[in-house]
Amino acid sequence: MTFYQLTFYFFASIVVLAAAAVVTIKNPVKAALFLVLAFVGAAGVWLTLQAEFLAIVLVLVYVGAVMVLFLFVVMMLDIDMAVMRAGFTKYLPLGLGIAALLVVQLVMVMKGSFGGNEFAGIQMLGAEYSNTKALGAVIYTDYVLVFELAALILLVAMIAAIALTHRKRAANNKAVDPSVQVRVTREERLKIINLKSEGEASS
Amino acid sequence: MIPLTHYLILGAILFALSIIGIFLNRKNLLIILMSIELLLLAVNMNFVAFSAFLGDLNGQVFVFFILTVAASEAAIGLAILIVLFRNRSTINVTDLDSLKG
Repeated sequence: MTFYQLTFYFFASIVVLAAAAVVTIKNPVKAALFLVLAFVGAAGVWLTLQAEFLAIVLVLVYVGAVMVLFLFVVMMLDIDMAVMRAGFTKYLPLGLGIAALLVVQLVMVMKGSFGGNEFAGIQMLGAEYSNTKALGAVIYTDYVLVFELAALILLVAMIAAIALTHRKRAANNKAVDPSVQVRVTREERLKIINLKSEGEASS
Repeated sequence: MIPLTHYLILGAILFALSIIGIFLNRKNLLIILMSIELLLLAVNMNFVAFSAFLGDLNGQVFVFFILTVAASEAAIGLAILIVLFRNRSTINVTDLDSLKG
């Protein structure tokens, strides 16, 4: 077994074990952390497929942003896990049966269809090849409209998330309105009083 | 050399595990959202594998857009989850029965 194969099987086993832990573990915080591990493992697998840019994006966007969002939400919610776990094992046989059926079917399809010569192996690219550059050349030309649309989707998602979760301030809030603060004039705050100088009075 | 089928089987196992997750944690909306993220990861795995084996970059472009949509879906899903928890103080799917469905 070469180092290349070893790397693949190492990361692949990480992905599978972490995914199994995500769906079975009790603590939602630990589930989110195992999801992070699964994404890191997937990034490793993608590196063996020479998709460096996507591997890094997966780590940055998913591990760095989405999973932190998940962890924040887990912290904000007060979940009673005992109620959530009730009947956990009741649906286990059904779930396992359907999943096993799915895996068997998919593996049969794959064994039958993708063993041909055209899928014999990956073409190993040299060190001078830049995956990011090649991907950028495609995204900014052929897919430029789709790319802009993706940006729009992110904007809409951001506005939606803020609009949904934003809360009005409470009535007894003592914070000062910034626009009122800016409109303050000198006359409202400053009063000049003429006083006799102390020195002149004593002489 | 690792054959393409190994990558595809990895994707299939990941997909099946997430399906099990939706079945097992059908009461917990949060874990269901996490399972959906895993489902999308399994699909992306297939896309990247085919892209590499066919020497075609378009598959990786698709993964890029799927990641974008999945990220926004997670953000909106979690926002809805928080609003739900504020109004009903539960995210148990079996408690969300006001539509009497």
